[in-house]
Formats: sequence, structure tokens, C-alpha cells
Amino acid sequence: MIGPGTALPAMTVEATPTFVVATAVATRDFQDVHHDRDAALARGSKDIFVNILTDTGLVQRFVTDWAGPAARVHDIKIRLGVPCYAYDTLHFSGEVTAVDGDRVTVSVIGRGSLGDHVSGTVTVSGVTP
Amino acid sequence: MTVDILGRAGQVRAAGECAPRSARDPVNQPMINNWVEALGDANPIYTSEAAARAAGHPGVVAPPAMIQVWTMAGLHGRRAADDPLQIMTALLDEAGFTSVVATNCEQTYHRYLRVGEHLRMTTALEDVTGPKRTALGDGWFVTTRNVWYSGEEPVAEMRFRVLKFAPGPAAAPAGADAVRPVVSRDTAFFWEGTAAGELRIQRCGACGTLRHPPGPMCPSCGADDPGYVLASGRGTVFSYVVHHHPPVPGRTVPFVVALVELEEGVRMLGGLVGVDPGEVRIGMAVEAALTRVDDGLTLPDWRPAR
Repeated sequence: MIGPGTALPAMTVEATPTFVVATAVATRDFQDVHHDRDAALARGSKDIFVNILTDTGLVQRFVTDWAGPAARVHDIKIRLGVPCYAYDTLHFSGEVTAVDGDRVTVSVIGRGSLGDHVSGTVTVSGVTP
Repeated sequence: MTVDILGRAGQVRAAGECAPRSARDPVNQPMINNWVEALGDANPIYTSEAAARAAGHPGVVAPPAMIQVWTMAGLHGRRAADDPLQIMTALLDEAGFTSVVATNCEQTYHRYLRVGEHLRMTTALEDVTGPKRTALGDGWFVTTRNVWYSGEEPVAEMRFRVLKFAPGPAAAPAGADAVRPVVSRDTAFFWEGTAAGELRIQRCGACGTLRHPPGPMCPSCGADDPGYVLASGRGTVFSYVVHHHPPVPGRTVPFVVALVELEEGVRMLGGLVGVDPGEVRIGMAVEAALTRVDDGLTLPDWRPAR
């Protein structure tokens, strides 16, 4: 039975340089800070870092991995925190915060070595974990 | 400051949605495959007709979180002149709020998209608030709203918020009335470098010795064949002063002037921004933070290393 407090299975993502570059290109985000380490350093970053479109995608994956293929994602609302640089590891955790009929709201946090990288809520229906 | 940020924001907001930008490609399976492969998303409704139908879809659907991907500007893309975020970014750059960080991204999906649908996206300015003091420095929050259309039907929306800020709480960036360096034949390469986003160190073309400040002849071998190398932009505070008085045009007191020892070995003077003057310590790691004042001047400032 799903209700407020139901925890989602944890998800870990290794943000290797290959991951950072592959996801940036797969999301058609060609800003140099996502694939060119020299450019990222010159702009004051420690390394290349994960882009926002990928954050949204990872949050969606974290929820649908749990909610199952029949689920429908209605919205993804994220707040962006500290950067996730290459070689960091993201740990996603989350729990159900509200159930309204078939609609389930899940809160999600993706944490890296520097702190909370992404946090937010996702609304889904048709959840069959 | 002569830039009327709120006034201009009101005009841009009143203008509503900008002209729609068409997706380069229709929603298509190869781009979906690339996306799920990169993201590691194994949800079968994005790749298998049978799984998608079993889940109640008429066929394969695109991941909702891909919505923005379809209308990205691409490798050589530029934002349109009437793009509200572009207009506000340029305006805030002009007002000295030159750095940007995204703070919120909220997407709402009205329905799942099928392969073959060709999307268009509009952008409207929703809100501009500021100036606000934030942990990163004084800045303005700019919120835009995108709507994606398939034909005439809105299929998804996004609210996107960025903070445009002037780095550092005590880091009032040099204003347009900043004291200007005297640029000579010996130092022109250095100031051309900062303007190009590079920190350059003079290097003797004969013996290779690095030197700063720049001069016509090598103090080591006497040759008059100067070249330069690019600095990594990393260094440590060798010494510093906190300037309280008298006032200096273009600077807000108190400000920190640091003598930074670059990892290449030379020492360089510059403003140290983004740090409380009381927190500065000899030996602290710093990194270059080039501060663009205007077209004619970019200052070689420093900030604490991240």
C-alpha cells in the first residue's frame, strides 16, 4: 500500500566524464562546460558538470524505476543546488509525500559529495511498483 | 546605474510569448534511443511497441523529461533576438549582474508524445524580481515560461528560473567609472588576454623565463623577445591588504587587493572578490575571476578556489 512516507528504492549514478558528456550530447546541450574541461576550468568550475536536462531525466528515471512502465508522469519540479562535477557520485533517495486518488506526489533528493545537487517533487499516476 | 531593469522587464512581459521556435527534428526513435542509453533509463515504453501498448499507450512514446531536448538550439544555435530570457540576460549583463545560475526548473506534461510529432516552443517572461542579496552575491531572479505545441495543442510547459548575479557579497564589481590601466606596448598582450577570457603571463622568447609585471626585456637573460603563456588561473594569496579608505572610483569599500602567487611561479596583483575581507588568509587557494567592466576593460580579479 502506497502512502505518505513510502520510501522509494535508492538509485546511484556514477557521474563519470563519459556520463557527463554522453548525457549532455543526448540532451543536445552543447555548452562547453558540459564537455570541455579546459573551458569549464576557465569559467571557474572545478570540472565539467552534469546539465539541467539530465537532472530532470534522472529524477524521472528514479521515480519511474519504482512506479513501473504503466505509470504516467505529470510533472517534474526541481530545485538546483550544488554542481555535480565529473567523478562525483549521485545518490538519489525519495519518498511519497501525498496521495490524491490515483495521483501520487514523490519528493526526491539527489545528493553528491558537495551536498544536495537536485531536489524536488514528481507527480505520477498509475503507480504499480 | 542607468539600466531600467524593471521598466524593461514590464515591456518584455507585456509582449507575451515570443515567436515560436520549431524543433529541428520531429519526435524520433533514434534520439529517444540515445537519450535512454545515456541516462540509463530502462523503461520499455520508450523503445518497445509491445511494452508501450501494454502500458496503455497507442505505441512507443517519448520520455516526458525529453521535452526540452526536441527544441534545443543545437551546436551552433543562437537565441532569437525576441527571446525574453536573452533580452533580460543582456540587460542584466549591462547592469553588472554578469554571472548566471539556474535555480528552478518545473516541467508539466499534458500528455505523452508519439514518434513523428513536430513541436514548436514559445518563451514568455513571467517575472523579474530584485535586486536581492543571495549567498552568491546581489542579483535578480528571472523567471520564464515555455510552452510546447504539437500543431495548435499545448502539450507541455516549463517554468525556468535563473539568478543573474554580481559575484560575491563584498564583491561589488568594478563599475564603469573604474580607474583604467595605462596600456602600453609592453602590457597590451595582457589586457587583450583578460578581454579574451585569458590570463596571460609574459615569457622570454630566448630563455623561457616567466615574468610579471610585463616589461620589454628579460631580467634573467636580457633578451627583448617577449612572448606569453596562459596561466592555469590557480594560485594562492601571497599577501593582501583590505582597503577601507579613501574611496576609489568604481569600487565599493572595503575591498581586498591581493598579491597572488600563481602556480606557474609569478606573482600578480588583483582584486579578491567573493569573500568577506575578514576571511582572507595568506596561503588561501584562489582562482582567476576575470571581471568584465565594459568593452574596453576586463580586470584580472581573483576569488576563493572552489
